[in-house]
Amino acid sequence: MSASPSPAVLRATGIRKSFGDREVLGGVDLSLAPHEVVALIGASGSGKSTLLRCLGLLDPIDDGQIFLGDEDISDPRVDGNRVRARLGAVFQSFNLFPHLSVLDNVTLASRVVHRMPRRDAEARAVDLLARVGLADKAKDHPDRLSGGQQQRVAIARAIATDPEVLLLDEITSALDPELVGEVLELVRDLASEGATILMATHEMAFARDVADRVVFLDAGTIVEEGPPSAVLRHPREERTRAFLARFTA
Amino acid sequence: MLIAIASTLVFAAIVWVTIVSTEGWAKVQQSFFDPAVAAEALPKVWDGFLLNLQVLAISVFTVGAAALVLALLRTLRGPVFFPVRMLAAGYTDLFRGLPFIIVLYLIGFGLPTILNERINEVVLGVLASTLTYSAYVAEVIRAGIESVHPSQRLAARALGLNHVQTLRRVVLPQALRKMTPALMNDFISMQKDVGLISILAAFDAIARARGVVATTYNFTPYVVAGILFVLLAIPTIRLTDWYTARLREREQTGSIL
Repeated sequence: MSASPSPAVLRATGIRKSFGDREVLGGVDLSLAPHEVVALIGASGSGKSTLLRCLGLLDPIDDGQIFLGDEDISDPRVDGNRVRARLGAVFQSFNLFPHLSVLDNVTLASRVVHRMPRRDAEARAVDLLARVGLADKAKDHPDRLSGGQQQRVAIARAIATDPEVLLLDEITSALDPELVGEVLELVRDLASEGATILMATHEMAFARDVADRVVFLDAGTIVEEGPPSAVLRHPREERTRAFLARFTA
Repeated sequence: MLIAIASTLVFAAIVWVTIVSTEGWAKVQQSFFDPAVAAEALPKVWDGFLLNLQVLAISVFTVGAAALVLALLRTLRGPVFFPVRMLAAGYTDLFRGLPFIIVLYLIGFGLPTILNERINEVVLGVLASTLTYSAYVAEVIRAGIESVHPSQRLAARALGLNHVQTLRRVVLPQALRKMTPALMNDFISMQKDVGLISILAAFDAIARARGVVATTYNFTPYVVAGILFVLLAIPTIRLTDWYTARLREREQTGSIL
């Protein structure tokens, strides 16, 4: 690869991934510009989650390259822990640490990975919790919180270390319908503040409103991508139309 | 409550009368529950019991440390660590299968023979119980580690925590809660099994009791030693029951902790 500086924050080329005989990603190219919000849509099993996990170095890829800034993070010699510390990930099932208070959940990476003094980490976490509307829950354990509150804590935990990219994996899919709004509202705020976000989602209305670009994934390949107005309203590809028809039906 | 007390008293009285009126009771009482022999034996047995306690107290730490290392070796991933994982697995298989008394004989009599010098019985006892019990406890710890949902490890990794940080901050604290009842049960077994060091000719509670039995031709000293071991175990047994019940209660109310 040439060493010319890339304008992309995150850039993936030719990503392939199989689980046993089953190919889940069949050569995916995707890049995110600074402050860009990209919505990844597609049926369950289309490879959205796998792609996010591969890009976040949470699953090894079989082929292809991933660049974070100018650094090839798919190089096996790269220290994965150091790379993951620069990324933020939020999962469908929250995955908060049940034995830690909300405050300790948010400060864990700052203290342990980034070696920030506890006092500073906590001051920052208190601000973040206030921002996600949970200042009064700092001392509680996660099991005292609703699903929506837990997911907001998970987002606070992910952004506590100023990640260069936020990877959101269907973060509202496990929530009761009435709790989806509060989480999406928070993502909308983060987007408007300039975060670079790649989110797998089934919330088409939200994708239309907030995403700069929509990427439709089917059977492990990108079928169509473009501005939400184009992909969601006037899809060019038959497979995209079929997916959207099923979804809006 | 009153009914329970009354019922218990009546029941105890019936049992008592039945036992005492049984033919041969006098002989049983004389051989097993002779107050004079008990009084003679108690100071000696108690003296020996302190040796058992010493072995137990040291073993708690050596077993804990050895078991943690063994369990962690078995959780190492990747083909490079295959021999290490296999050795640790082989060790736990071997020492869980091997009767403790054989380990005691091999360590207690074998080791001083090969080294050709006298070794302190406390050291031998600690060594033997550590070899055996670390295998059991390692399995409990490993099961505890594996009972923590993989998504917890995933979340820790996503934050940039390395393997050791993930274990220390996320996996082990959660595993510890789940494995506490099993660990306490192993502790209860160990409290009893330190009594077996009497075969090392150690002057522990049981060996001292045996000494008194040999001179009095009366078995009461064994009963005295037995009572001491039971008294030692009861607090742990009660604590285990209480903790297990509390854990179950919390699970039923839907709390994860």
